[in-house]
Order: sequence, then structure tokens, then C-alpha cells
Amino acid sequence: MKAMLSGFAAIIIIGVGAYYGLHMLDFSSQDVFSSPNVRLD
Amino acid sequence: MLRHLMALLTLTLLALPLPAAAQTDPTAPDPIAGTSVDDGSATATGRQTLEDILARQRGEEPTNPIRSEDLGGDALNAPGMGPLGGASDADIWRQIRFNDADIRNTTLNPNGDVLMQTGGMWWENLRKNELRTYGGWLLLGTIAVLAVFFLIRGRIRIDGGKDGTLVLRFKFIERMAHWVLAGSFLLLGFTGLFTLFGRKYLIPAFGHEFNSVLLIGSKFIHNNVSWAFMIALIVVFVMWVWHNIPDRTDITWFAQAGGIIGDKHPPAKKFNAGQKIIFWSVIVLGVSVSVSGLSLLFPFQMPLFAHTFEVINNIGVPGWFGFDPLPVTLAPQEEMQFAQLWHAIVAFLMMAVILGHIYIGTLGMEGAYDAMGSGLVDRNWAHQHHSLWLEHLEEEKPGKIRTPAE
Repeated sequence: MKAMLSGFAAIIIIGVGAYYGLHMLDFSSQDVFSSPNVRLD
Repeated sequence: MLRHLMALLTLTLLALPLPAAAQTDPTAPDPIAGTSVDDGSATATGRQTLEDILARQRGEEPTNPIRSEDLGGDALNAPGMGPLGGASDADIWRQIRFNDADIRNTTLNPNGDVLMQTGGMWWENLRKNELRTYGGWLLLGTIAVLAVFFLIRGRIRIDGGKDGTLVLRFKFIERMAHWVLAGSFLLLGFTGLFTLFGRKYLIPAFGHEFNSVLLIGSKFIHNNVSWAFMIALIVVFVMWVWHNIPDRTDITWFAQAGGIIGDKHPPAKKFNAGQKIIFWSVIVLGVSVSVSGLSLLFPFQMPLFAHTFEVINNIGVPGWFGFDPLPVTLAPQEEMQFAQLWHAIVAFLMMAVILGHIYIGTLGMEGAYDAMGSGLVDRNWAHQHHSLWLEHLEEEKPGKIRTPAE
């Protein structure tokens, strides 16, 4: 059981890390390609 | 009396469509070329009909009407003519429609100036129809086959019951890596299925708002959990590849159908041949789904298919089946379309395989779940299903066998 819960916790931790990592890698088209004329927010 | 009235009403309702056929006016004038009553095809007069549009979307001839080349002349040749000088609205529309316009757009994305892509229709139709249909039936069919198998064969029991002695089968790190892979796969699979089937099934059932929230969440989870899946895939490969190399025991195992029919228990080492199939399926399909997924995560930056098609053409594969060579120059949008289709097809195959894996590891076989749950399996179970592995442990690593306290 501990292994399963640790595994699920690892998924969440890696997921959160990926979220911030991806934004640092400029993966989001919304962030990269919007010009001031495109008011997406 | 009521029956007669009902019969009359039914006949009336059934007869309602009949007068519709009589509404075309036989006295209408002959169609005049180039006007709104012109019924000629687009190649004849240049005016598109609905049938031409649908035919073009299916990829058939006529691919473009003759006026598709009328994309606007040089303004200097006809100065001051028309509302935009030398360019007409119709010309600008055709430029946009046939992707030949000099467009600057506020999105700055170099691929953002393609406003209409005829080549996308075959992909949309394939995704909406065949992909959903065949993929869905593959999964439902797999569940049905497993259900029938369970009803016929029942749960595979431990012969003679449990021994009470426990054997350490999987260490903590092995189990944790498995559960990272399994948990992320379940999340990815469900969010992927929601994304593919949401429009068709969830909107009619739960409405647009529900579907929208669910799919926004699904995309977020899918994009971020995919990394856990990829990391776990690498860890699982490194941990278990040596135990999954095919060998001679696998031939015996297959010859006896894994013991799943009848009473035999073919010998096996740490992983039997069936498990090796699962391992290699997960590795190969997992790598494939991951690579296409990365291409989708970073759109237009990882084109995979132009080069792949070139390699396939050079081997000559299309010719073996009587097909023309595959296209080797693909528009960026076409690359993304192929990536999405491949990703979804491989994902469906993986899900079908994993359904079988989940079945045998939980319902299908007594004592199997303990291997991944606590890591400790019963000795009788080990002897029945992995006798060579148990013998190896008894000789080399007796510490892994834990007799119950007296």
C-alpha cells in the first residue's frame, strides 16, 4: 500500500514540476505567440 | 373507433413526406450559365456547388474550381477599380480559401496564417468516425472477451490453498515504479478518452458546460501527468529488461498455453512468457505513444511523419499493397494530424492490452495482486506460477522467504 501511495504522490510531484517546467520551456502557444492585440486573458 | 382514428393518423404521418417530391416546378426556365440557377459543376462555370465542396473535402476531383486561380491581379493593371482598388472581395476570399494570401496576423505564430486547410477534412472525418468507432469497439470488445473468459474459466485458484509462507517478489522500488506507471497510465487513458469522446457522448448526456470543464481539466492533467508516465517507463525498462529477455522456458509456457487451459503449471522464471509480452508491449507502445505525444505537446517543432514516410517509401512498403508512395512533404498541420491519429491508435492498443493485464492481476488469478500490493506472495502461488524463480530464491536468496512465526 505504501508503494502505491508513494507512487501516486510521485505522479503529483512530477506533474507539478512539469507544469512549471513546461512554462519555462515556452511550450504554451498562448504565452509565446500572443501579441498585445490578442487579448486572451 | 379509436383504433380507426389511430390508423388514420398513422397513415397520415407516414404519408407526409410524399408531397415534398412534387415541389420541383416542371415549368422552371433552363439554367443559365454563371447565374444563381446554374446547375453546372464548378469546373464548367467556376461557380461552386455544395457537391463540389463536399467532393473537395473528400479529396476527390474536381479539387478546385477553375476560378481558384483568380486570386487578384496586379492593382496597377486596374487602378481605382472595385471597392479595394485593384483587388476584389471575391479575390481576397479565394486567396484565403486556397492558402495563397499575403497575410499578417496578430498571433505571430508562423503557422497562424493558414485560415482554411482543405487537407484537414479527411483527418477530422477519420477522427470523428473511424477512430471513435473502432477504438471504442476495441475496448468494449476486450472487456466483453474478458467477461466471457471469466465466466467460463473462473478465477485461477491456488491449488491446495495458500501455504502461509510468504516470498518477497517485488521490492519497494519495483512496486513504486509500477504504480507510478500504472497510476499515470490510468489518468492519461481516461483523460484521453474524455477528450476523444466528449463531444459525441458527454455533451448530449451532461451538457456543454460539464464537458468544457471536464475537458479543460483533462487536457491539463494529460499534459502534466505524461511526464510521470515517461519517467516511469524508463525506470521500469531499466529495472526489468533483463528478466524479460525471451528464452526457452517461454516456448514451453506457450506450448501449454500458460496453464490457463487445463491444470498444468508450466515452469517460469521471474516473469513468464505472457508477462514478457505485456512488458514488451508496454515498452514499445509506450515509447511510441510518448514520442507522438511529445510531438503534440510541442506543436510544429517535432515533425515525425515526413521522414518516416520517406523511410517507408524507400523500403517499398506501399508498393507491396498496391498503394502509391506516401507523401513526403507534409504541411505543419498535416504533421500534427498524423501525430494525433498515431497517438490515439497506439493508445487504444495499449489500453486494450492493459485491460487484460488488470484483469489477470486482480480478478483473474488468486494471489496475483499481492505481488504488487504488498510485494509478498504465497509460496504455493510462487511454486505454481513461477517455479524456477522460487527454486532460484530458495538456493541463492533464502532470506526472501519468510516462514510464518511458529
